[in-house]
Amino acid sequence: MYEIRIHSRGGEGGVTAARLLALAAFRDGKYATACPLYGAERRGAPVVSYVRIDDHPIRIYSQIRNPDLVVVLDTSVMDAVDVLHGLKPGGWVLINAPKAEEIPGHRSYPVDLTGIALSLGLVIAGSPVLDTPVLGALAKMGIISLESAKAAITEMFSDERNVRAAEAAYQELLP
Amino acid sequence: MLTIATGNKAVAAAVRELRPAVIAAYPITPQTEIVEQIAAWVAAGELDSSYIPVESEHSAMAACIGASVTGARTFTATSSQGLAYMHEMVNWAAGARLPIVMANVNRALAPGWNIWAEHTDAFQERDTGWLQVYVGTVQEAYDTVVMAYRIAEHEEVLLPVMVNLDGFLLSHSTQSLETDSPGDFVPPFRLPHAIDVFHPAGYGTLTGPDDYFRFRWDIERSMRNSSRVIRETELDFGRRFGRSYAPVEEYRADDADVVVIAMGTLGKEAEVAVDLLRREGIRAGSLRLRWFRPFPDLDLSGREVVVIDRDYSFGFSGILAGSLRARSRADPFSVIAGLGGQEVTYDDIAGFVRGREPGRELWFGVDRNV
Repeated sequence: MYEIRIHSRGGEGGVTAARLLALAAFRDGKYATACPLYGAERRGAPVVSYVRIDDHPIRIYSQIRNPDLVVVLDTSVMDAVDVLHGLKPGGWVLINAPKAEEIPGHRSYPVDLTGIALSLGLVIAGSPVLDTPVLGALAKMGIISLESAKAAITEMFSDERNVRAAEAAYQELLP
Repeated sequence: MLTIATGNKAVAAAVRELRPAVIAAYPITPQTEIVEQIAAWVAAGELDSSYIPVESEHSAMAACIGASVTGARTFTATSSQGLAYMHEMVNWAAGARLPIVMANVNRALAPGWNIWAEHTDAFQERDTGWLQVYVGTVQEAYDTVVMAYRIAEHEEVLLPVMVNLDGFLLSHSTQSLETDSPGDFVPPFRLPHAIDVFHPAGYGTLTGPDDYFRFRWDIERSMRNSSRVIRETELDFGRRFGRSYAPVEEYRADDADVVVIAMGTLGKEAEVAVDLLRREGIRAGSLRLRWFRPFPDLDLSGREVVVIDRDYSFGFSGILAGSLRARSRADPFSVIAGLGGQEVTYDDIAGFVRGREPGRELWFGVDRNV
């Protein structure tokens, strides 16, 4: 089982990113569960979402304690939340930033999702759209296929700039 | 069609296939996306139902009752405080023998305000004459709503069915979902005591001491009949759609020395705990109760029992634990865990089994000695 924890702020699309990732994994022929951790949500508050991907049906509903991968859609949550908490030794961190510092014991993957969204004009209610470009980055990391990432985005969104955003993130993320 | 969906969307999708004539709901917290999705389909012309946005859950059930007495298929959904507010009409629906299907997203009751998962809301309705079923996956939520209509409308049952799914844990979790058209699996039904709106005449419902008990016994007789109807329906569902269900879902229980008994998502999580314990050499199994009313027959002889209640009856015990003591010779280790969405992992469940003390009660996370 591969376990992913997504950190964001309310309104940034962390919950939608989790659902898109589950859908893409499902289109890859895997089982997947996306569980948002519901608190007293409000716009701007730190939000956590979980995605589990496996070759077998998933029977776990509790929170992910030891993720294989942590996704940080908004680096400002790192001031409030220990995003590395419980991350497996050697686990990966995908960070929405032009570049990221080395994280001892882990591998960090920076990608400027915000810049990609802004360059395509993908802005909703004043916020750049992050949930679709992040799928491209996850595809580059091998979590899902790029084909399924694009298929998932097309299933959930009609604006084709979302697919282009994913393709851009796929290109920009350094392997 | 194969897709992904939340538990809420799965329930709504099943309702869309069953095409109730009337859907009534009160759309405010703790209501869920179930009725939001249904309302959107009705508004878009994709579902030809009368959608009645009422002013309270009490009225939602009253509207379903009013429609159902004419023989119309009906649906509503609610949750915690809403179900509690509906309570008077919940009794009426069963007493009037109306095959209403309702989805209840299990949430804790206030105060303190908490809309996370707990089963006490539905268990407080257990004596109303409704059939109650609790599901463990998104697919099971869809399939069970479909089966609920066939069971409720069966001429030997004619009682309402409450389909329960855990708040957030299942209602808002996304999993794969196969949506088959039920076809003639759920046949059109005719309510034998329906009121003909074109030749309107009602029943006087005053029922004196010489007759009232007969109607109560008739509810119980139908409740007993429903066990067989449930089994037939689940078996036929498995034959037609390839997904099998039973009143009690057993996992590695055949040769188990100790079984974990739980409901809803905790019942699924318990299966993972069982695998963990088996690797340690403990012969564990699990039983996930789907149907709570009618209460299933359980053979627990020769096995230790660990029961997890995501509920409580104050001054008595966990409601499931109390039921097991009443209906079997089991002297379970009773664990009260998951109240108001309290986090309970498969590691925690395995710990309950390792530390089991038959006859005792443990409040998970609470330091106390009783």
